[in-house]
Amino acid sequence: MQWNRRSFLTLTGLGAVGVAAGACGSNTGREGGTSLAQWYHAYGEDGVQEAVRRYAAEYPGGAEVEVSWNPGDYDSKIVTALQNSAVPDVFEAQVKIDWVRRNQVVPLDDLIDGVRDDFSPAVLAAQTVEGKVYGIPQATDTQVLFYRSSLLQAAGVQPPQTVDELVDAAAKLTRDGVKGLFAGNDGGVGVLTGPLLWSAGLDYLKDNREVGFDDPRAATALGKLRTLNANGSLLIGAPADWSDPGALIDGLAAMQWTGLWNVPKIQAALGDDFGILPFPGLDAGGAPSVPVGAYGAMVNAKSAHVEEAKAFVKWLWLDQVDRQLEFATGFGFHLPSRQSLVARATGLAAGPAAEAADYVRDHGHLVGGPVWTQQSNTALSDAVARIAKEGADPVAQTRTAVEVAKAELKRLFG
Amino acid sequence: MIRRDARAFWLFVGPFLLGLAVFAYLPIGWSAYLSFFDARNTVTPTEFVGLDNYGHMLTDGPFLASLGTFSVFAAFIVPLTFVLSLALALAVNQLRFARAFFRSVFFLPFACSYVVASLIWKTSLFSGVRYGLANTVLGFFGADPVAWTGTVDPPLYWIVLVTARLWLQLGFYMILFIAALQRIPEQLYEAAWLDGAKPGWQVFRHITLPQLRATAVAVLLLNLINAYQAFDEFYNIMGDARGYPPFARPPLVYLYYTSLGSGGQDLGRGSAGAVILALIIALVTLLQGRVLRFGRPA
Repeated sequence: MQWNRRSFLTLTGLGAVGVAAGACGSNTGREGGTSLAQWYHAYGEDGVQEAVRRYAAEYPGGAEVEVSWNPGDYDSKIVTALQNSAVPDVFEAQVKIDWVRRNQVVPLDDLIDGVRDDFSPAVLAAQTVEGKVYGIPQATDTQVLFYRSSLLQAAGVQPPQTVDELVDAAAKLTRDGVKGLFAGNDGGVGVLTGPLLWSAGLDYLKDNREVGFDDPRAATALGKLRTLNANGSLLIGAPADWSDPGALIDGLAAMQWTGLWNVPKIQAALGDDFGILPFPGLDAGGAPSVPVGAYGAMVNAKSAHVEEAKAFVKWLWLDQVDRQLEFATGFGFHLPSRQSLVARATGLAAGPAAEAADYVRDHGHLVGGPVWTQQSNTALSDAVARIAKEGADPVAQTRTAVEVAKAELKRLFG
Repeated sequence: MIRRDARAFWLFVGPFLLGLAVFAYLPIGWSAYLSFFDARNTVTPTEFVGLDNYGHMLTDGPFLASLGTFSVFAAFIVPLTFVLSLALALAVNQLRFARAFFRSVFFLPFACSYVVASLIWKTSLFSGVRYGLANTVLGFFGADPVAWTGTVDPPLYWIVLVTARLWLQLGFYMILFIAALQRIPEQLYEAAWLDGAKPGWQVFRHITLPQLRATAVAVLLLNLINAYQAFDEFYNIMGDARGYPPFARPPLVYLYYTSLGSGGQDLGRGSAGAVILALIIALVTLLQGRVLRFGRPA
């Protein structure tokens, strides 16, 4: 064949038409059947992706489920997709009140009613807006304070039981090129804000109708983060952030605030040379705490197959208890969101994971929650960053965040 | 003949125009429309709020602070880029050997992704651990590791942000200056020598620099606009999964979190901020062009 401009344009034109036609026909699912699009964020543990694809393939309900794995900023992607798109039909997320106000998600109370009491209250609260449940919790994550037992012994430091002891321990453990504590490259602003509020007996919101940290003790608690940042005992600028156990494993820090999911990696690297603790209480009037986070399986209200999507959610996240158990504990350390399954999980029967399960039961708190908006979160996060990093007045900064959160509650509830 | 030309024109230009309309003009127009509505979590809002979103953004502390952050960044990056790219251009242009090689070496970073460069800067060169490159060098002198991206007093994070952008964009502006240098007639230099001008600063000051005026003004304008649009290196060096610190938060990063933040999207206020920012850029560019007499003969 002789190549000239006309034959080139003809071929590329035909090719483009072919690609377009192929794209149009690629997502229709089985002929005559229903196709459901299900989105997950990218889990870090090996095997999770294969497992959820297997669950989808094994669904006997008549619909073909296509799993999408979404690396990157998944939460923003979901919020964008929910605005006007019918895709995904099923997705994992934590509900926000604005989604409910915009009719972007459907309530799932009719699915969960029979087993509602089997879910931990804090985990279910993450998916509940004004009494209605919008997500079926899939698994529970928590974060705890990991510490290297040998380094604490060498420094003559006891595992800290109060925030002041934590500050003191971090300072004493900072020596020989090892920092005392790693709580994220932002100096703990992102992950310790909640634990510091809880340590003082406060919270982000009170009954979802009042600001929960409109209290002088909030400034006292948040001010402790300034001490940690100012005395040089925090590791800042680690190659991997708080959610990765690298800083503790590589000997960059003696204590690290990170997720329970890291237990297998830490155990493999350190053996028994570590322990875990909840975040300590501020003082005798405070309490220890761990954050609770749980993605729930949700249904897009704009889906063309809402009922089929709900049926799939019920099948996978309520009926298939063995799959739920495998999803939570088969690929890393997470807690099953149903309390009856925690007792069945052999991996959670002893050791740090068992301790963490107790912490979640006794000291678990929801981070923010469905009524805690992006605007409120930015205001509080900015305030804590200024206190911790710039030494700004904790009272004035907390007051600013309180005012923004009050304005948001007024917008939402009048 | 004319019909054939017109057909060819639309064949080649049409797809580009269509793309421009769909992916640039339509979103800009839609964004301006959204800025007059309460558009939380929706791109098809119904609640008209007039200028409320503009009023909010113009009194919004974090947005105004982000304009301050931009000003600091521009104050660093515009003059530094100008001086260093001009110096590089002069140096490379004078080379007798391997000129193309050095031109390529300095230009190559421009082809690098801002995201990739940011991650290298953050995790390898300026990581806060003892084996980061900068800290290793400091270690030779007995200094303790420095938390480059987390140190606010003094604000060492600016070193990371400014050097990343300098590395990425110097080569591009150097090429612009080299092109301008090569367009200066040799006779001007010969005439200057005959008139007794001393090689070096005198020739540079009275011959080279005036001849580069048009390019220099263009470089300053482009630099300032690029500084306003700073996002990638800030977002990737300073941000993390949990958020972004209020210091070193430029306007686009703030508008990104307002408009597209996880959990809630306030597209009305974000769009109002984007319109305000676009107007500021247009105004400053026009003023700068007028003051520097852009487009007029030397």
